[in-house]
Amino acid sequence: MGSSEIDDPFEVLRTSKGYEIIDDQGDPVVMVLGHKNVRRCAHNWKTFQSGAEPGRIVVPSEVNIRDTRQIPFEVDPPEHTEYRALVEDWFRRPLQEDYKNELKHLIDDCIFVALSKEEIEVVEDFALPLQSRALTLLLNIPLEESETWISWGTHVFRSESSKLDKSKANILYDYIDGQIDKAIENPGDSLYHHLLNAEYQNRKLTKEEVRGVMILIFAGGRDTVINYITNTMAYFADHPESLSLIKKMPTVANTAVEELVRYFSPLTHMGRVATESTTVCEHAVAQDSRISLCWASANRDDTVFDQPNEVILNRKKNPHVAFGFSHHKCLGAAHARQLMNVLLTSLSEKVESIKVINQAENIEEWGAVHRKVGYHSLTASFRPK
Amino acid sequence: MAKVTFITKDNQEIIAEGESGSLMGLAKAHDVNGILGDCGGVGSCGTCHVHIASDDFSKAGELTELEKDMLEFEEHVTNYSRLSCQIEVNDVIDGITVSVVN
Ligand code: HEM
Ligand code: FES
Repeated sequence: MGSSEIDDPFEVLRTSKGYEIIDDQGDPVVMVLGHKNVRRCAHNWKTFQSGAEPGRIVVPSEVNIRDTRQIPFEVDPPEHTEYRALVEDWFRRPLQEDYKNELKHLIDDCIFVALSKEEIEVVEDFALPLQSRALTLLLNIPLEESETWISWGTHVFRSESSKLDKSKANILYDYIDGQIDKAIENPGDSLYHHLLNAEYQNRKLTKEEVRGVMILIFAGGRDTVINYITNTMAYFADHPESLSLIKKMPTVANTAVEELVRYFSPLTHMGRVATESTTVCEHAVAQDSRISLCWASANRDDTVFDQPNEVILNRKKNPHVAFGFSHHKCLGAAHARQLMNVLLTSLSEKVESIKVINQAENIEEWGAVHRKVGYHSLTASFRPK
Repeated sequence: MAKVTFITKDNQEIIAEGESGSLMGLAKAHDVNGILGDCGGVGSCGTCHVHIASDDFSKAGELTELEKDMLEFEEHVTNYSRLSCQIEVNDVIDGITVSVVN
């Protein structure tokens, strides 16, 4: 018992001063920790901008590994609003019944494989294939394409030797360039085509803009979803009674999806750049310096959540910020929520229990703060119903 | 049983009847435009913002702390703003009219 627990390493800092300063390649970051302040700063895009030098709002900073601006992520209103409008409907497709059914097929196949093996390494052999195959639905492209993404392994941007690996990033960028060129040559109805045909300020999007959207979708929807899935498996291994609860009361899946994403907070924080000198928690923030919005810390704020460190699957009031807050809130959330909803429901129908055989935790280091975000590997056996 | 009139941003009027669940759920069940309810009603997304008709406001009950905190950052907030996922459908709200904000 207990291996699925994720502590809140920010508690003392959040309740004492409300922020923490960490270094990142010589460009420090003031991490904002309290729920209210995280929301306030996320909402205040005029003072805390996303549209800084490409890569700078990401922690660790990616300024040295890319020049392409990720869209709409690294853009502020009013342009942000216009870019987002081009894709908003597309990202709501996961709510459609046929999308949900197709997801269910993919998920049931993955569960079938897990059940048919003596043991399975969940990260590489369950979460990664599932995340990749599900992404083909979001992009509206053939399922086979996911084989390429699966072959990249879990960390497109990261390798064991260094956190930021330019050569790995280039694999993705070259791939996306190739796909855009293919879409230009061959008509179709994929997200690439949708973007290439979209009108922005009375003109077509440039290739560089399409690239900026697609890089974001691949990068933003990969580790987050993989950690969400893997952590959920570890959680069910510790809590078989939760599987039974969802089986007995299928609507619990709806609140469980929100509660698990709150508890796991797969994206720990995201940066912003101050456009003017200001203060956060009475701490001076200089113009052109960085803050970050720590979703993971805000999601454990006991001024907002009762028993914040407990997983309460039917939690009714759950104003979590795991998918961000305000203008930049996650565009992939409908897809991630639908995937998790179907996964929880299918697992509860087909799996009796999960047993962890061995595990290697993935611990992030933010200055002196160490936070578990998921697993490098999690070997488990699945017992059928 | 409660009968609720929703008025969408494009002035469509939809009359919906329900017995239980949340006002957001009722709106979704009747495809009321502009109520998305992305978070399923746990108060995380703010995509269920409505204005209650002034005469009906008290029927909908007290604003919760959660709503006050969320509405602080929403657009088009008035004294009659509510998150419809936080309002229960029951006899008390029978006959109210709500306008969808988005
Ligand atoms: C559990 C899974 C996920 C989590 C926890 C998550 C979390 C987040 C967060 C916290 C933000 C806000 C960033 C900010 O404010 O700067 C965000 C934005 C975004 N996410 Fe996700 N995400 C997830 C899955 C996905 C998926 C599957 C996709 C697409 C395939 C995606 C695409 C995006 C995009 C495009 C944005 C930028 C939106 C904008 O700037 O307007 N995410 N995500
Ligand atoms: S449905 Fe998400 S806040 Fe009401």
